[in-house]
Amino acid sequence: MTRPASAPAADAMHLPGAAAGAPPISASLRRHLPLIYPAVMLGVFFVVPFGIMLAVSFFHRVEGAFYEPAFELANYARFLTPFFGKALAFSVWISALAAAIVISVSFPFTYLLTRMGRQAQVGFLVFILAVLSLSEVIIAFSWSSLLSRTAGVSNLLYFVGLLSQPVAWTPSFGALLVGLCYLCFPYSVLVLYPALSRLDPELPEASRMLGASPLRTFFSVVVPVLRRSIISALVMMFVFNLGAFLLPQVLGQPEHWTLSVLITDQAVFQSNIPFAAAMAVFLMLVCLVLVGLTLMFGQERKAAAP
Amino acid sequence: MALRIDHVSKSFGSLHALIDVDLEFPHGKLICLLGPSGCGKTTLLRCIAGLETPTAGSIWLDGQDVTHAPAHKRNFGMVFQSLALFPHLSVGENIAYGLRIRGVDQAARRKRAEELLELVRLPGVIDRPVSQLSGGQRQRVAIARALALNPKLFLLDEPLSALDAKLREAMQIELRLLQRRLGISTIVVTHDQREAMTMADVVVVMDHGRVQQVASPLDTYRSPSNAFVADFIGISNLVPGTLSGRDIVLVDGRPIRVARPPERISEGARVMLSIRPEEVHVRPAQANGENHLSGEVSFVRDLGASVEITVRCGDHQVLAVTTPRDRPGVQIGDPVGVELPVAACVVLPS
Repeated sequence: MTRPASAPAADAMHLPGAAAGAPPISASLRRHLPLIYPAVMLGVFFVVPFGIMLAVSFFHRVEGAFYEPAFELANYARFLTPFFGKALAFSVWISALAAAIVISVSFPFTYLLTRMGRQAQVGFLVFILAVLSLSEVIIAFSWSSLLSRTAGVSNLLYFVGLLSQPVAWTPSFGALLVGLCYLCFPYSVLVLYPALSRLDPELPEASRMLGASPLRTFFSVVVPVLRRSIISALVMMFVFNLGAFLLPQVLGQPEHWTLSVLITDQAVFQSNIPFAAAMAVFLMLVCLVLVGLTLMFGQERKAAAP
Repeated sequence: MALRIDHVSKSFGSLHALIDVDLEFPHGKLICLLGPSGCGKTTLLRCIAGLETPTAGSIWLDGQDVTHAPAHKRNFGMVFQSLALFPHLSVGENIAYGLRIRGVDQAARRKRAEELLELVRLPGVIDRPVSQLSGGQRQRVAIARALALNPKLFLLDEPLSALDAKLREAMQIELRLLQRRLGISTIVVTHDQREAMTMADVVVVMDHGRVQQVASPLDTYRSPSNAFVADFIGISNLVPGTLSGRDIVLVDGRPIRVARPPERISEGARVMLSIRPEEVHVRPAQANGENHLSGEVSFVRDLGASVEITVRCGDHQVLAVTTPRDRPGVQIGDPVGVELPVAACVVLPS
């Protein structure tokens, strides 16, 4: 933590005498001053906690107690078992799948939204923000009720005659997928909205004048022009899904528990903080690699496209 | 008649963008829709293109009602104000986009794109990304793309507005020559009267959603149909007066004779006398022939190629433009007379 040391220096800058006395230092400080605030915030709230987590992941767990400082790779070694490997693979798979589904729904949705009148757009955005204010807990239990045998929509279908008896659709893979998609849909709309509303409306119009139907125009102009926005939205939704730890427990079977659930389980219920920390570090590394690969893919495509 | 716009109106909520526009255009001509911003010219073009649907009226092409035909089935080429080149495609792919939509094979597409680049005199850039082109080059690519499918109508929405003045003048001439060579029916939207004068066979002057005049460029200049047209097309002296007799306008009590007696204006009505500055002659103060007003020089602007002399006659300002060769030796404050030649005076409803 070297950051607090720079704070007095920053204070000194505001003294007129100091500024006039040593112009070169003052000028360079002044130039870097705007960087100090984000650097301090990032340091205090991100780098330091992450450093602690990284350190703890190498600590020794004391059974029945907490942990003691040490350096051992046992936590990481324990992770390299089929059980946790499968959980990791499943986490990545369902997060990516949900991200892909949600973007393929929300991108056309947001495109149509930005073509609407101002009033209608505001109405929809307010509604989406309202959905956003629902917590993961409410969403999880609402879907759990909706898909349940006793109180869910299957009763409605049974009533209409489409089903011979009410069915329980939760807990299941499908229920978890629906829950994740629902959770990140409003986020994805808000992430895509700025890029789509900046799209020059004359681009799709030019495509239509050249004989492309609205659907064809959507796929051959709107999607490729906004390829980069789509990729970054995909990455954001993937990371977002990866962090969901309540939905898998409510809407999934134990085999659908993602790594986030296992981390919570280790940290909170098994009080094995070092192992939880090791899993979190590993998850983050995997996540970083995947995001990096995706962005690189996007860049390459961009370089090749012209 | 190739294109017929039959009593078309278009409203956006309470805004009336087009009011009862009724026009007919022959084949192979270049038509300019000219007017200030917000006059409805772009809306009219978009209705013709199929990007907007008229609130009332219909649009006919070669005897077929196309009012409700979707834009992508009309086969009209269009150059947009922003040019709207596809940033994810190369120059060649932009030009051949319409051909790809129609399922033309790769080799034929490339051949056609090369042909069109030749036509707009921009060879050798087929594989470049559009982001690497200059403004003028992008302009040419947009034109080539719009012409790729041999469209029935060629529509241009303020196509040259992004270019600097010199390039714009050159492109106006080039565009006009291209249009004549291809003989394609073309409609250009512009707010620049010089652009309209340079390119058009027919000028449609619009204001507040209504058509003000349809005529050849020279006719709109020489005999504007109303004060708006007179003022919008070039610079005009508009002097208020009273119609007295069939062809006499009284300006501050002095009779000014006009060549063409106005139609549908009754005697005694308030009218506007319109005369182009280059028609006005500045005379010595003592000269007192027909159609003379006396006044005092209020400003002299020597622009090198031309001299502009502003003369105050009573409450009115009259601008005279002459060449340096014919420049009368006058200075600010000199009493002078101005002659408004009979043939150049036009009476407009007030």
